[in-house]
Amino acid sequence: MPTVNDFLLILPEVVLLIWALLILLIDLWIPDTKKYYTAVLSAAGLVISAGCAFALLGRTGSAFSNMVVLDGFSSVLSILFLLSGLAAVALAYDYLKRNAAQRGEYYTLLLFSIAGMMLMASANDLIMVFLSLELLSIPLYILAGFFRPRLASEEAALKYFLLGAFSSAILLFGIAWIYGSTGHTDFPGIVASIDGGRANYLLLLIGAGLLLVGFGFKIGVFPFHMWVPDTYQGSPSSIGAFMTVATKAAGFAALLRVFLVLFPAEAPIMAGILWGLSAASMIFGNTVAIAQMNMKRLLAYSSIANAGYILMAFVPYGNPVIAQEAVSSALFYLLAYALTSFGAWAVMIALEPAESDGLLLQDFSGLGRKYPWLGAALLISMLSFIGVPLTMGFWGKFYLFKTAVDGSQIPLVLIGLLTSLVSAYYYLRIVMFAYFKPGEPQIQPGRWASVVAVICAAGIFVLSFIPTPVFQFAAQMIMGMK
Amino acid sequence: MFLSEIFSDPAFSLVPWVVFFPLAGIILNLIFSRRWEEKLTALTACLAAGGSFVISLLLMLALTHHPEGATITLLEWINTGSLQINWAFRVDTLSVTMMLVVSGVGTLIHIYAAGYMHYDVRINGDPSRYSRFFIFFNLFILAMMLLVSADNYLMLFVGWEGVGLCSYLLIGFWFEKGADGIANARAAKKAFLVNRIGDVGLLIALFLMFWNFGSLQFDTVFARAPEVAAATPAVLLAMTLFMLLGVAGKSAQLPLYVWLPDAMAGPTPVSALIHAATMVTAGVYLVARSHTLYSLVPAAQTTVVWLGALTALFAATIAVAQNDIKKVLAYSTISQLGFMVAAVGMGAFTAGLFHLTTHAFFKALLFLAAGSVILGMEDVRKLDETNLSDSFHHSHVDPQDMTLMGGLRRKMPVTFWVYLMGALALAGIAPLAGFFSKDEILAAASQNGLLVFLVLLAAAFLTAFYMGRQLWLVFFGKPRSENAENARENTALIVLPLILLAGLTVLGGLLNFPGSLALEGWLEHTLGKGINGEFNSMVAGISLIVSITGLVTAWFVYSRYSGEIKKLDPLEDMFGAVFIGARNKWYVDELYHAIIVRPLEGLSQQLAQPVDQGLIDGIAVGFGSLTKAIAQSWRSIENGFVRSYALALLLGIVLIFSYLVIR
Amino acid sequence: MIPLSWILAFSLALFFIGLFGAIARKNAISILMGIELMLNAVNINLLAFWRYLYSAHMNGLVFIAVVFAVAAAETAVGLALIISAYRNRRTITAGDFDSLKG
Repeated sequence: MPTVNDFLLILPEVVLLIWALLILLIDLWIPDTKKYYTAVLSAAGLVISAGCAFALLGRTGSAFSNMVVLDGFSSVLSILFLLSGLAAVALAYDYLKRNAAQRGEYYTLLLFSIAGMMLMASANDLIMVFLSLELLSIPLYILAGFFRPRLASEEAALKYFLLGAFSSAILLFGIAWIYGSTGHTDFPGIVASIDGGRANYLLLLIGAGLLLVGFGFKIGVFPFHMWVPDTYQGSPSSIGAFMTVATKAAGFAALLRVFLVLFPAEAPIMAGILWGLSAASMIFGNTVAIAQMNMKRLLAYSSIANAGYILMAFVPYGNPVIAQEAVSSALFYLLAYALTSFGAWAVMIALEPAESDGLLLQDFSGLGRKYPWLGAALLISMLSFIGVPLTMGFWGKFYLFKTAVDGSQIPLVLIGLLTSLVSAYYYLRIVMFAYFKPGEPQIQPGRWASVVAVICAAGIFVLSFIPTPVFQFAAQMIMGMK
Repeated sequence: MFLSEIFSDPAFSLVPWVVFFPLAGIILNLIFSRRWEEKLTALTACLAAGGSFVISLLLMLALTHHPEGATITLLEWINTGSLQINWAFRVDTLSVTMMLVVSGVGTLIHIYAAGYMHYDVRINGDPSRYSRFFIFFNLFILAMMLLVSADNYLMLFVGWEGVGLCSYLLIGFWFEKGADGIANARAAKKAFLVNRIGDVGLLIALFLMFWNFGSLQFDTVFARAPEVAAATPAVLLAMTLFMLLGVAGKSAQLPLYVWLPDAMAGPTPVSALIHAATMVTAGVYLVARSHTLYSLVPAAQTTVVWLGALTALFAATIAVAQNDIKKVLAYSTISQLGFMVAAVGMGAFTAGLFHLTTHAFFKALLFLAAGSVILGMEDVRKLDETNLSDSFHHSHVDPQDMTLMGGLRRKMPVTFWVYLMGALALAGIAPLAGFFSKDEILAAASQNGLLVFLVLLAAAFLTAFYMGRQLWLVFFGKPRSENAENARENTALIVLPLILLAGLTVLGGLLNFPGSLALEGWLEHTLGKGINGEFNSMVAGISLIVSITGLVTAWFVYSRYSGEIKKLDPLEDMFGAVFIGARNKWYVDELYHAIIVRPLEGLSQQLAQPVDQGLIDGIAVGFGSLTKAIAQSWRSIENGFVRSYALALLLGIVLIFSYLVIR
Repeated sequence: MIPLSWILAFSLALFFIGLFGAIARKNAISILMGIELMLNAVNINLLAFWRYLYSAHMNGLVFIAVVFAVAAAETAVGLALIISAYRNRRTITAGDFDSLKG
């Protein structure tokens, strides 16, 4: 039977879920003109949950008969999800008002989705993986279509939903085969069964392949990325920003844990597949981004490429030393990527007028001159995307590439470097528009998006001076990962 | 007892604040200066510099009780493989001396600039650059503090490049002004490029150092120096000589001095702070800091001595023939830096740093007073009366041309008196600061070798002569232009720092007064016992006589120069071609242009058209358009239909499983 | 008793029928139905494994219940999205939703 202790270990999730339900109720009594309170309430919930997560930082344990575990990996990611959620609330506040879509469900659904992500990072059972995947996805289907009846938003939601349901059916099928192979859904049971030689190897391999497809869909790697550009473009921008960072991080959380714990022995075979996914994502994402003139689509393709970068470090995961390094690098890169991506999206949201499907690159013309702070934030984000020194993006790529080199993935690193070079073309083109083309961009009313942009840019810059402590923190956090 | 407890070790940990204060100033002015008035902007910048000075004073007090100093590590910086470098600050007597000079003189010049730039931005017609100036100025203090407080060569190099950047930005402060609207930009570019040559030298020295010592940290390097010197002396020689190239660039020594005279294009406070008092002495500091290396390689030491001595004489000959008030001071700076470099080369570190300090006082004073003269000649009054805030159409008389001045003694009495102090100190007249410091260098030179001594003595004679000439042309005789006629003393904000600096100029000699030798005892903790420039009464007598002779000669020659504008310089009557040569700076710029710049440009032209634009651009553009074409064609994969998206997903599954089957 | 492999073959067939439906049908509701078929195939799979191999533990059965619940939730959201889209565009043909592309 579950004990109080079980609930204590997932206190951040519990708090968040209860809070989301309360907001759902309270929101009924908040008039449409005062939706400000809902936003503040949800932000408070996120902060309290983050406080609980901080308090649990460094503790380990498992709860609910091994359904979930708490370790450094899940704690760090939980905090990342919660902070992303805060950013999504801040970005949404003015943006929803501008688009006359100030409905309280937005915040409730966002909180549910974050809870799903947090559970996904600490899932220790395939049932839990599936449940949390759905808990994070279903609210996002609705949020993607939040600007209903706008056509683009509806289309984004429908595509995301149909493909998401399709991919989760495939993931579930994979889980079924693994269950058939081992007779267990909990990780320790599966591991014991594999180690004991009782597992059917063929069924296990089929299951692993299908799981990879399911996770690959969530993180958006080629060729499972097809939904990414359309959904990001059609969804409300604040949701696009949130999905770029948080959904991807959640997908990686599950992918890293499941493969490291369940399939270390299959690493030599899986490495080839991961290699192909990573290389194809880097090449495809970075190339097609060149042809984009819509900022949201461009960022979507950039996110595909970035998923490829993170996957690169994970290719040689069979070696325990490299795996350790790969997970630390991935966590570090996710942090750098979160700052960079939110910075770029926030600049765009600050400028995005109502009823728009995202800015075109030309719309940034004159930004650097008219709004130096916002221009600087955009510049820093773009430089960080490229991986120029004095930004977190540089160190993120540095650690990923270093891990890949340590795992002797030289060809992959070369592809990564070359595609980074290609990516400089489209990132710098945005900078070119912002600084060298005349134009009159207009900041929309409300300053929360600008605040997020500047904070992210400052974070990118300042943290780049202390990469080693940050990386060591990540490395230390995953030491206890089970 | 109680004091020593307060100012013991804890004070050392304050040292990062010498950098944080200017940083805070920069940030505050970056954020707020648009909304602030000029006064608030200037106050912030002055307080930032002053904060650094207060910290430096505290460090000095702490050092009096713990002369061994300390190293304060702020952050880990680079930690890859065998390269381990921290952001670490070194507190010892040498670095604190430099900090005091930089922040002390720097603060005074900040205050002066608060007044000077008020007029300067209006004369040049862009008041919005006022805050930009102070941001650059604070940035300079920051970089210079990094340079002198570094505990390793790489951090020093960061400061070294930082001050170079500030120098570039401030020389080109009025980048759209000057002859043809491009002269100032050209001057900035020249300074940057020439310095780059020196910096490459320093960088090579650092590479050699890391290669051979495996470290860039001062103590580690110095500790291993003797064994490396014993094993491979050539390496140490190469290292010190490459470092010397860096010194020649930054401290404007032969053959890389050419940028400094042009650098006078910057506003006068810049010339005073960066191009006279502090940045250009970085080279002297570097040699003093690396004295362990130099003392192991006598050949390098000899090179340093001769480089300094020849620069001192060479620059002095050019200074004699210049008519621009700031150019004279610029060549004088080069010459005096030559004295310092020669001194540290001889191993007379105390003498070199003593002269560095006193020179910072009196040369800053001279430049600032010259700035006061220039403002006087600019007829600032009209500016005040019409109260034009945006633009000011001033007369097209060159306010820096000494042949148009004259008689300013009565028009600008305070400026005259402080200028006289500075000039006499520079000429080396007892008992002003310059006398003692220069005398120590000469005394050391007399022990080093007769030839060096004579060269430096000749330079000292010329120094006294050109300062006499300048005094006479600017302040005595009759006004030779309308502007000189209308000149007027400046406001208190400008004059006050002059008076303070004049006081330092008079009293500066006490720092290392013969008999007490306070500075020497102070620096010994860091530099060890060098060649002690003991007070030598004979050398002192000779140098005093030489200085007075120089001044008197100038008086004889120029008192007859009654002051018609078009009249030839009397020296031109006497020496003819030699004088013309000196006035044209011995055609060194032209020489460099002919043998280096022109051939390089020719080669570039050759390479640019067929090779770069044809071949390389072709390849680059080709790849670019190829990638773009690929991008366009791959876009069609995303055709918008859910069905094909699902099909792609299925295709991925098929690929994965066929790979699994093949394996 | 029917051998396990038969049931597995059946569920595999069902899965691919669903997969085919999801990819080949144009109507969004039909696509949804295809996905539901895939989920049902998974359930049959799980049930067969549980019944034939691992009936000692309950976890297989629990999983099936979870899948049912989640599938219901997913369908609810999906139908809502489809209806909302239908109101706006008067069509539920998935191919008509192609304004976002490139």
